[in-house]
Amino acid sequence: MSFSWIDAYWPLLLTGAWQTVSLLVISVFFGFLIAIGLAFAQVSGGPLTRALAQGYCTFFRGTPLLIQLWLLYYGVGSLLPMIPGIRQSLFWPILREGFFFAAVSFTLNYAAYEAEVLRGALLAVPKGELEAGRAFGMSPWRLTRRIWLPRAIRIALPTIGGEIVMQLKATPLAFTVTVMDLYAVATKVRQDTLLVYEPLIVVTVFYLVITALIAGTFRLVERQIPMRR
Amino acid sequence: MATAQQGILDLLSPIPPGWGGVLLTGAASTITISAGAFLIGLVMGTGGALGKLSGNRPLGLLLAFYTTAIRAVPELILIVGLYYAGMDGLNRLLALLNLPAFELNGFAVAIAVLGFVQGAYMTEVLRGAMLAIPIGQIEAAKAFGMGPRLRFRRIVLPALLPNALPGLANLWMAIMKDSALIAVVGYQELALATRLAGASTKHYFLFFTASAFIYLALTLVSNRLFMLLERRVRRGQPKVAGGLAR
Repeated sequence: MSFSWIDAYWPLLLTGAWQTVSLLVISVFFGFLIAIGLAFAQVSGGPLTRALAQGYCTFFRGTPLLIQLWLLYYGVGSLLPMIPGIRQSLFWPILREGFFFAAVSFTLNYAAYEAEVLRGALLAVPKGELEAGRAFGMSPWRLTRRIWLPRAIRIALPTIGGEIVMQLKATPLAFTVTVMDLYAVATKVRQDTLLVYEPLIVVTVFYLVITALIAGTFRLVERQIPMRR
Repeated sequence: MATAQQGILDLLSPIPPGWGGVLLTGAASTITISAGAFLIGLVMGTGGALGKLSGNRPLGLLLAFYTTAIRAVPELILIVGLYYAGMDGLNRLLALLNLPAFELNGFAVAIAVLGFVQGAYMTEVLRGAMLAIPIGQIEAAKAFGMGPRLRFRRIVLPALLPNALPGLANLWMAIMKDSALIAVVGYQELALATRLAGASTKHYFLFFTASAFIYLALTLVSNRLFMLLERRVRRGQPKVAGGLAR
């Protein structure tokens, strides 16, 4: 076991950690927004929107994330340059990066899993609370904004924490599309120094620290919620 | 349009100029790897759950470390780490025995590694299912003079299956999707076969869509099978008000 390489690779490790955390934050944030839409489409949408939302969730939960990522990066990525003028556009420097495709596919994937969690939570909100809101004359939109959604998110909080950790554990896949995340740094160290286990161990510690941070944050947030236990 | 349609059919046809055969072979090895890993996981999980419940303290600590570590670390890191560690360890062992080092079969390593990871999750599912068995049933079996083996086969196992099956079904779906990670270490299953087909023909979009639908079909069929299986192991149980068993 030798860890002397850490001195030379320290800055790279930190950039890798930054990339990993950015992927996580972007996919969780935007994925959650999409998931809210998908969950409401399934719970209170018409037959068509319901079928579409269910189809989306089935597709993204039924296929491996790696395939979704490669479908976007290799498949869509090879079709994108065919759009006329896209190479000159403002967004091309972002659109040609692996990071963009990783962020998009992680977001879409996370949205599908999170939508199922939220759907269950929306259905678990006690009917009486919604009826009370209606009795106060709240419009459907206000009822959703003030009671239905916040209550559902509270119910789902422990599961959401678990889902975010799962999402963190999925991010190393980004290295297959040239993103320099934590795991890619470990691979680079392996190629440079021919050490196999040491970089993996160091990177694992990083992941464990991030997991502990997520778990700790959720414990704090859950404690804020007034609830009879 | 007609020519484009023709082109797609040609590309996906199972006869050699088309790549359908490669994809289906890949799908077959995905199923074999998943099934092998699932079985290994089932054995390790049963052992782990029994060990955790046995009350033996050192064994319990060891198993707690196993399940916690495996479930906390990203699958990709585990698979890559264990893949090299397993290969390295075996070759060192062979060197100790003065045998020539050999190139390990990627297929066997893939199954072993995924099975080892799967075992940690199975341990927790099965432990939960065992704990959910009413203690009275086990005491009754003991009172009848059943030995541990007979008790496990006749009482614990049938009582545990309905509790464990939903969790096991989840794990089976997870293992089928995780087996795609084996592509990263270079073993050719469905995901890597698809990338190969895409790279040779430049029709990445077509092939990745096709393989996504193969995975989806596998998942949906398994889902159906597990539902039937659950209905079978739940036969004779009182129906829950919501109609869980249906």
